[in-house]
Order: sequence, then structure tokens, then C-alpha cells
Amino acid sequence: MASPPQSEPTRIGRRGFLTFLVAAPVLTVAADLATEAVAPGTANAVVPTLPAPADLTDLGDILILAGTPTANMLVLQVERDNRVHLQLPRAEVGQGLTTATAMLVAEELDVPLDQVVVTLSDARTELLFNQLTGGSNSIRSLYTPVRTAAATARARVVAAASERFGVPAAKLVTRGGAVHTADGRSAGYGELTAAAARSTLAIGEVRLKPEAQHNVVGTPTSRVDARAMVTGQQRYTLDLDVPGAMPTMVRRPPTINGTVRAITNEAAVRAMPGVLALAVVPTGVAVTAETFGQALDAKNALQVTWNGGTVDNLSDVDIRKQLHAAALPFVVPPLLTQYVDAEFDFAFVSHAPMETNSAIADVRGDSAEIWAGLKSPIVAKQTIAQAIGLPVDKVTVHVVQGGGSFGRRLFFDAALEAAQISKAMKRPVKLMWSRIDDMRHGRARAASHHKIRATFALGQVLTFEHRVASVETDFRHGLGEILTATAAHLPVAGNLSFAQTVFLTTVKSPYNFGVTTQLLNEVPLQMHTGSFRSVYSANTRGAEEMVVDLLAAKLGKDPVAFRREFLKTDRQRAVLDKVASAGNWGRAMPKGFAQGVAVHDEYKSCTACLVEIDARDPKAPRVVKAVIAADVGRPINPRGLQAQLLGGLTDAISTTLRAGLHIDKGLPLEGSYSQFHYARQKDTPTDVQIFVMPANGEPGGAGELGLPAAVGAIANAYTCATGTRPTSFPINFPVDFDPFPR
Amino acid sequence: MPNYTFSVNGKTVTVDAPADLPLLWALRDKLGVKGPKYGCGIDVCKACTSHLDGEKINPCVVPVSEAEGREVTTIEGLAQGDKLHPVQEAWLEQDVAQCGYCQPGQIMAAVALLKKTRNPTDAEIDEIENVCRCGTYFRIREAIRSAAAKM
Repeated sequence: MASPPQSEPTRIGRRGFLTFLVAAPVLTVAADLATEAVAPGTANAVVPTLPAPADLTDLGDILILAGTPTANMLVLQVERDNRVHLQLPRAEVGQGLTTATAMLVAEELDVPLDQVVVTLSDARTELLFNQLTGGSNSIRSLYTPVRTAAATARARVVAAASERFGVPAAKLVTRGGAVHTADGRSAGYGELTAAAARSTLAIGEVRLKPEAQHNVVGTPTSRVDARAMVTGQQRYTLDLDVPGAMPTMVRRPPTINGTVRAITNEAAVRAMPGVLALAVVPTGVAVTAETFGQALDAKNALQVTWNGGTVDNLSDVDIRKQLHAAALPFVVPPLLTQYVDAEFDFAFVSHAPMETNSAIADVRGDSAEIWAGLKSPIVAKQTIAQAIGLPVDKVTVHVVQGGGSFGRRLFFDAALEAAQISKAMKRPVKLMWSRIDDMRHGRARAASHHKIRATFALGQVLTFEHRVASVETDFRHGLGEILTATAAHLPVAGNLSFAQTVFLTTVKSPYNFGVTTQLLNEVPLQMHTGSFRSVYSANTRGAEEMVVDLLAAKLGKDPVAFRREFLKTDRQRAVLDKVASAGNWGRAMPKGFAQGVAVHDEYKSCTACLVEIDARDPKAPRVVKAVIAADVGRPINPRGLQAQLLGGLTDAISTTLRAGLHIDKGLPLEGSYSQFHYARQKDTPTDVQIFVMPANGEPGGAGELGLPAAVGAIANAYTCATGTRPTSFPINFPVDFDPFPR
Repeated sequence: MPNYTFSVNGKTVTVDAPADLPLLWALRDKLGVKGPKYGCGIDVCKACTSHLDGEKINPCVVPVSEAEGREVTTIEGLAQGDKLHPVQEAWLEQDVAQCGYCQPGQIMAAVALLKKTRNPTDAEIDEIENVCRCGTYFRIREAIRSAAAKM
């Protein structure tokens, strides 16, 4: 959308962020993305542990660096009606990014928050790596560029007001979306925007507002779309009215990646009430009807014979066997020291966002238009163009606000499928996956097996080895565009090197446990996996936090005191101290109840979680209280951050205690929330306290931070309450339902 | 196909639909009422929770024929013009929503609960089965407590 820059760039700040004036009738500013990796912190050692790769450069840094060469990433426009419009090349799926970025604009431009409008950009191929929403990198990558764009816009409206009033810019102040003179004259930004857009306008030095003067950033703020959400006005993909796009569903195979052999009752199904069209696509048989109710009836009535899928003979027991065989051996023999060994298994977990996989597609002979909730819209656009045989620039991909993601919407399978159906049917379609299909043929967090060995002597931990064997996590969305997505498809290095990069740049131990090694080995199974909130960390770090409790017990130390002693940084100790005091650590609990605690450090942020569990019935435990503290360096919206931590806690309660997928002969058994036991109100604590530590640096990542510590805390509390150390997760995981027919 | 006439958020509507078409699809696909959401289609996730003659229902499993001559209220019908229902106000005050997809159903379930009991206990709040995959349950609980205190 941005025209080529009209002006010489304006350089801002010591790091030299660039902004450009875009030729437009109203003030339009584009900002570059550029940043530098933050230097690693130093460890004050007990038995010092060398920094892990994730200590030096983490995944967020890599995503940020990958995006560095792309210009005009952000476009900010001051409208004549005083509204300020930011086009954001990211997805909003509930994580609160539109609110946080609106706050940055409001802060830097001195404009009321409700005058800032943030919209999600269409797929913009020129952004290359820079339109991926993931890795908890959004605020980290946007914090300075958004403020820079807004600061440049502010300098321009001030310069325009200076001309109008004949008052030097230095004597003007901005407040409430207007420029004011000392003698009481003022002009709204909307009045000034045309003059501020002139390329000949002289502006002085552009300076970012000092963080000490922030009064929007850092203040708890409600979501900008909250009112639309509580009144039913928020529009998701399936709520959009695209002319002619009728309800469409797909009959899917009885096993993952099966394909259609033949339909035996096509004429009868075409004649069913409301049915408009039917087509065979690579993933199954698509039916379009007047209503989704009729599309569902028709797809259920189809009689189809199927070709086999990619994992037809595979069940949980086989997968677990493969994972156990794949775990790499330990290096340290437990001969001369005391040691602990522990093993853990984690089941597959469905992302299961409330809004099932869905997309609208209108594919014509010479162009196509797509609407969907997409976290990697560029590679979606490129792949769809290839699949339907159109040049990339003839495919328009709109990013729609999504009803949850948790990693799921990194994949664009619904958008691709909708495009294929639209092409085959020669009509626009509104595609919705059924919940059963979403759970069985959608994406899932890969199952994993963990082997941990720690050695200790004389009160010190000498070595800590963690061997992770995981079903392959699919990263074939690459960094969001076709080049790296293609690299991830290559057979040799391919997905595994991506997986290793993600593992090594996210997983690290916050403790000085001597020689620490964390290694991943993946088993490539052709299943639909994908990054799930906190990717490897939920299981990997969750398991480690259980071993930390085990070590504390072996060394005869209290779990909090032990962690305090071995944590690497004061920030980590501070969040631990916060939950220990606020949560009254060590208080006496009735029989069957217990406390548990854990710490996690990732994405330049750290958190501690303390829970109390009621496990009087070990088969039906409930987390009754949680106390969480998080240090994210610089919180933008503490209220949104607390929401993310609450979400991480609920994810941890679910996946630790009850929610997972059983794989049986090539298909998950679970098909709805009555079977996949994601927590309900009755499973969650009635007392939750979440503390956000004061700002002390640059913004760190927050969206995925909460989950791993909560997993550890809940498992530790369960162990303490029941006297039984769980080794397989979710802890209570029977097939307590009749599976839906395949 | 038969015609069914009923009221949706105070407005009389007539739809031409098969008798067994779930009310959810009559609302969404025929009447353009998009507040109630699909999440499961089998009365499990409760994202579509609405009211029929003031009683909580899940339109994904209620045939449209059952609505004949009755009053359907969806999330869109809860506010009086610009004036929000106290439960909606409480939702804003607690900033409950994350992705927001389940929240119309959560709010309609909370309104139904508060109609039944003015001061719900934790155990009564626990009985709300609506799934929130973003995990906002604690804020939902706080919002219900707050709305109860104000109503």
C-alpha cells in the first residue's frame, strides 16, 4: 500500500531508526524495522553454567534480525477526522497486540487511545520475513519502530502548527490529539494533517519521548476491541459477508492424510436440500450449501472410499516406543557422584482455538481474494498462488482477526483448502471445519519424551543433562515467506535444522547447574503438528522444574530456598521471592492439598508461578489458587500481560492434568471438548493473583511466557499433595468417551 | 420449505427453512445474526449460548421449528441501545475477553445464571460449562461477582 518514500529518511535515536514521509494528501509516515541483539546478561555463578545459545541470541532476536532489511514495515496515517491509523503487519488472535500498539501510538503522539485505529495489513510480500506473528517477538520488534513512526508524525504536525500560528515549535505542546500554544490557541491533528504532509515542511530533530515520561505505556489498559466483543459485533472470518461465498464443509478421511478414492452416492448428495455444489479436493470432498447445517448434513451423508494416509498403522504405544528409542544417550556416567534420573512423557495436544479452522476464498480465472486469520500470510499467499496457478500479485490475502491461535494459525491450511475448493467449484466459498475435523485433522503439539540426569555432590549440582525426543514439530511455514518455507521442506537439513534452531534459541536453563546440556532429537512422522504456545518449553522446562524439586529434596532443601540459591539472575530471584511472599509459601495445608512452585526464563523475560492444588481425589485434582509474578523488562500493557499469563496458567492446568489427544491407528480419538478435556470454569482456581514487576529495561516477550512455569508448579504441587511423582502427562488421561465415527 | 416466524432481539422475523435446521444456522446464515458462534455443533462448547423466552439455550442443537412464535435473544439483543447490560459492563470493567470468540456465549450464560440467583456462589459459577480456550475463566468469575454486586 505504501508509495515509494518521498523524502530523505529522518534518522532517529542512537540506533538510527529510519522513517520516511509517504506521498499522500494526509500525513503518512512509514518506519523501518531495525534493531540489534541485546547483549547477554552475565551469570553470577554457583557452579557456573556456560550461557546456552538462547542466552546469547533467542528466537525473538532471530525473527527480528531476519526482518531487519525490510523497509516501510509500518505505515501510520493521520486522518482529517483526527483519527490516527496504524497498519500493522501482524495477526491479532486475542493476544492484545492491536491494543498494545495503539497504546504506543497514543503515547508518542499524545492522542487519546480511542482515536487510534489499528488494522491488520493484507499479506505484503515485500515485507519478506517481517509479517510473521510468533516467537513472542511482536512487541519486541515493534516497540521502537511504532514509537518512531508516531514521533515523526508528531514532529510534523508540530511543524505545521508552528507555521500556522507563527510560534516556534519548541514553544508548542501536544496534548489530547491537538497542538497547543502557550496563549491558548490550538489545532487538532486532523486540521494540520494536510500541511504536515508537505515534503517541503522543515521539521526539527525527532526525539522519542523519554520512557520516564510515559503515562500510557505501562498503564493497565483495557482492550481496544472489548466493546465489540461483549456486544457481539467483533467480526471473525465466518462473520464476514463476501458476496456469493456460501457455507462449505469438507468430508475428511478416516486417517490423517488419507485421500479420496471414490464417492458412491454423489448424485444423491447433490440432490439433498440446500446443496449447491460438490467437489473433490486433495484433502477430501467439499460440499457447499445454503446453510452450514445443510453442508454438514450433506458431508455426513457422503459415502466415500478412501486411500490410506501417512500414519495409518500408528498408535500411541508405537509412537512412545519410537520416542524412547530416539532419546539421545547421557554423557555423564553416574559413577562417582550422587545423581537423579527422571523420565517424562507428554501426549499430543490440540491447539483447539474456539474458532475452528476457517477461510473465505473467491478464486476467479485471473485473480483470487482470500480472507482468514493468518500468522504467516506471505507464505500463505505465495503457496496459494502456486496451488491455483496464478501469479503471486494476482492473489490478495486479507488478514482477519482470529478467534484464538496458540500457534495454530501459523499454518494456513484452511485458506489453501478454501482456494482449492473455490477454484474447483468456480464459485466463492466460506469454508468452516467442523470441531471434530479441527481436532482430528488439525494441528497439534507434538508428543515428546524426556530423559533428565543431574549429578550432585557437596551441596552443588555438577551436571544437568536433558535429552528430548519429540515427534517432529512442523516448521514448514518457515519465517513466514516462501524462501525459508521452501528451505524447511528440503529433505536433508530441512525441518530438522529449523527445529534445532528453534529448540536451541528458546530452551535454556535458568539455573547454575554446572555442565548443562539440553539436546533435541526428533522423530519425523507425517502428522499435522505445529508450534504450540511456548513451543518446546512447556514440556522441556516443565519437566526440568520437576527435577529441580527432586534435586532440592535430595539435597534436603526447601524448593524455594534451593531455587534462590541456584538461579542465575537477580530478576529471576525477584519474581520467585514475589510469589513466595504473596503466596505465603510453606503455609500449612490440609491433607491432600499442597503448594508447588516453578520458575521460567525466556524471551528476555522471566516468571515464577506458585499454585495450590486440591488433590484429595488424585483422579480429580483442582488447582484452587495461583500466584504469578512476571518481569518482562518493560510492560506495555500490564493488564494485557496479566491476561496472557492467565491464559498460560489455564493452558498449564489443562495440559498437565487432563487435556491431550490419544492417537489410534492414524487418527486422534478426541473430536470435541467433551473428549479433549481443556479446562472449564470448574477446573480453574477461584483465587488468582498476577504481579507485573516494574519496568527495568527493554520489552521482553510475554505471550508464551506463562505456560512452562505453571506446568512445573502444578506437577510439583500434585507430587507433594499425593506423594506420587507423575511421569506421564496429562496425569489423568483415560479414554473416558465413545469416539465419534471416523 | 416451511416458514417459521419468531422474534429475534425484539424484531419479528420469518425464515424459510427445513424444520430440523439448527436455530444457530437460521440465525447466522439466513438472518445474518452473527453474535452466536459455532464451536462444536453438539451442545458441548456452548459458544452459541442464547436465550429462548428468557431461558438459556444452545441454538446449535435447537431446531428452528422450536422457535416458532417465541422470543430469541442473542448477545446483540442484550444492550438497550447504547446502554450495555450490567453483565456486559462488568465484562468491560474486568477486561475479560482475549480472542473474544466465546464471550457472547459466556455473557449470555452469566446473564442466565444471575437471573436464577442474584448472588451466585463459586460452586454455582463453576456450573457454567462454556469453554474459553484463551483461559479467561478467572476474569469471567470476577466479572460475574462484580455484576452480581451491582445488580
